[in-house]
Amino acid sequence: MSAHRRVFGALIRMDSVTKRYPDGTVAVDRLSLEIPDRSITVLVGPSGCGKTTTLRMINRMVEPSEGTILLDGEDVTRQPVTTLRRSMGYVIQNAGLFQHRTIVDNIATVPRMLGRSKREARERAAELMERVGLDTALARRYPYQLSGGQQQRVGVARALAADPPVLLMDEPFSAVDPVVRKGLQDELLRIQDELGKTIVFVTHDIDEAIRLGTMVAVMREGGRLAQYAPPAELLSAPADAFVEDFLGADRGVRRLSFFPAAGLELTTVPVVPVDATAKRLGAAAKSPYLLVTDVDGRPLGWSEPRDLTPGDIGTDRLLPYGRPFTPGTDSLRAALDCAVLSPTGWAVAVDADGKVLGVVSQSAIGEAIRTAHAGHAGAASAPVTGAVS
Amino acid sequence: MNVLDFAGAFFGDGAHWHGYDGIPQRLLEHVQYSLLALGLAALIGLPVGLVTGHTGRGGNALALVATAARALPSFGLLVLIVIMMGFGLLPVMIPLVILAVPPILVTTYEAVRSVDPAPVDAARGMGMREGRILLQVELPVALPLILSGLRSAAIQIVSTATIAAYVSLGGLGRYIVDGLYQRDYEKVVGGATLVAVLALVTLALFWAAGRLAVSPGVRRR
Ligand SMILES: Nc1ncnc2c1ncn2[C@@H]1O[C@H](COP(=O)(O)OP(=O)(O)O)[C@@H](O)[C@H]1O
Ligand SMILES: [Mg+2]
Repeated sequence: MSAHRRVFGALIRMDSVTKRYPDGTVAVDRLSLEIPDRSITVLVGPSGCGKTTTLRMINRMVEPSEGTILLDGEDVTRQPVTTLRRSMGYVIQNAGLFQHRTIVDNIATVPRMLGRSKREARERAAELMERVGLDTALARRYPYQLSGGQQQRVGVARALAADPPVLLMDEPFSAVDPVVRKGLQDELLRIQDELGKTIVFVTHDIDEAIRLGTMVAVMREGGRLAQYAPPAELLSAPADAFVEDFLGADRGVRRLSFFPAAGLELTTVPVVPVDATAKRLGAAAKSPYLLVTDVDGRPLGWSEPRDLTPGDIGTDRLLPYGRPFTPGTDSLRAALDCAVLSPTGWAVAVDADGKVLGVVSQSAIGEAIRTAHAGHAGAASAPVTGAVS
Repeated sequence: MNVLDFAGAFFGDGAHWHGYDGIPQRLLEHVQYSLLALGLAALIGLPVGLVTGHTGRGGNALALVATAARALPSFGLLVLIVIMMGFGLLPVMIPLVILAVPPILVTTYEAVRSVDPAPVDAARGMGMREGRILLQVELPVALPLILSGLRSAAIQIVSTATIAAYVSLGGLGRYIVDGLYQRDYEKVVGGATLVAVLALVTLALFWAAGRLAVSPGVRRR
């Protein structure tokens, strides 16, 4: 491992920035945005609303017509454009890998450009391959030999190679299938946890924005800012009809992702082990359904009380218990989903080892949702953080 | 007598294998003229094609010049230049270079234009300078097409370099010109065969160059 100096994030401030293209198109209109350091800021909006233009003004691939962009308090036009760009990783939709170079040499590009020796640059590249979850056995392959998802990982590794404080990403995961995309998103969140970069991430996918963003800037046609807020706030208090519409019909349910399931009141009354005595079964018989577990406490399935014989519970006639949730790590949304999918309307809560902690009914979850929303109402009406143009 | 008999007689005659009019000497001269013409044409065509292809400017002007140049008859040009300038190597080189520049220039321009813009954008975004983008990102990917332009230029030069004989220079054209004049058809057929073989060797050399110079990542195998 080489001893790399940790370079942390930087703060970017856009001040009333306008971009008018030579043909007269106003791609970005007096946009003011304060992008916090060491966090992921997502620019989201319909196609053509100026997201790419905004992103490319930060590394001066596009020069603003009006307004200023400050990086760590300094105008980005104050330093030579190549110096500026080398301090910012840049990831684009189809990765844009150099097809004549091997994977390791693709990743080593910027360190080589900065004058590192070939050996040192390749060592660093191998390190980064591991960091982004790529098998180092792929190092000597060429881009065409990799899947789209793998290529995108290489793109991220290449952008991180010189340890830049800022990472600019333009729809990096839009061209891969949903399963791979989820993996890449998880990887990005993990990398961000470890490295603490200032990431500006462009997407047209509101789900991706809400999943990744510490702050989300919703943009509308004509390059104007519609709302700038943390995702939970966006879902609870959309600024106007456009944002509400853009968030989609199920924003109420999606908002539940931001409330932990830990507060749910679980009951163990209807939970019986497979070797339950007549007395134990009798105590539980008031419940319409019972959840049978194995001797270690892992769920086996649901049954009606009258179908159970003490000491000899047949496991073949049990109803499936569906997908359980884990109160410590899952959200209210996951708990609700479990309850909705359960044949009995009850969600099964398990611990990290898969042992049953208890069960909770749909109505109890509904109650918890009402309480959560009421508790958050005060916070949601507070002024949005960040600059408003 | 048929063509094969002529060729057999020509190559079978030991007298044709040495001396100032021998096959090795004429072949060497022909290769020298061809290499010189190809080198000069590449010196003009490659940089102009690379730079216009990279910037995307001047494409229309380029196509116009190339078409005009292609329309010029090499032999007619030679006669014209000899009348204007007299005999020598230069009057031969001018029509050969004019013949060879358009395929090199146009193919190089098209080759660079057709490079996927995404890696170029990525390179620019990571702070790579334009010259380096052209040479290290675009050129390696455009290379197969560029080589094909050079190859067709080389083939045309090899077959057209026979005109050197009309202005009292050497090369394989000597056999054809002298043979026709002397009504020695063995010589004509022998010279033409040698030109054809040289063209095939040129093809083989370009194929080998492609194998060596083009990255496996671009060749995709
Ligand atoms: N180079 C350009 N010249 C003229 N108009 C452009 C140029 N690039 C983008 N535009 C226009 O600016 C608007 C915003 O484009 P863009 O920033 O790419 O949007 P997004 O990334 O949100 O899809 C669009 O209307 C687009 O057509
Ligand atoms: Mg875009």
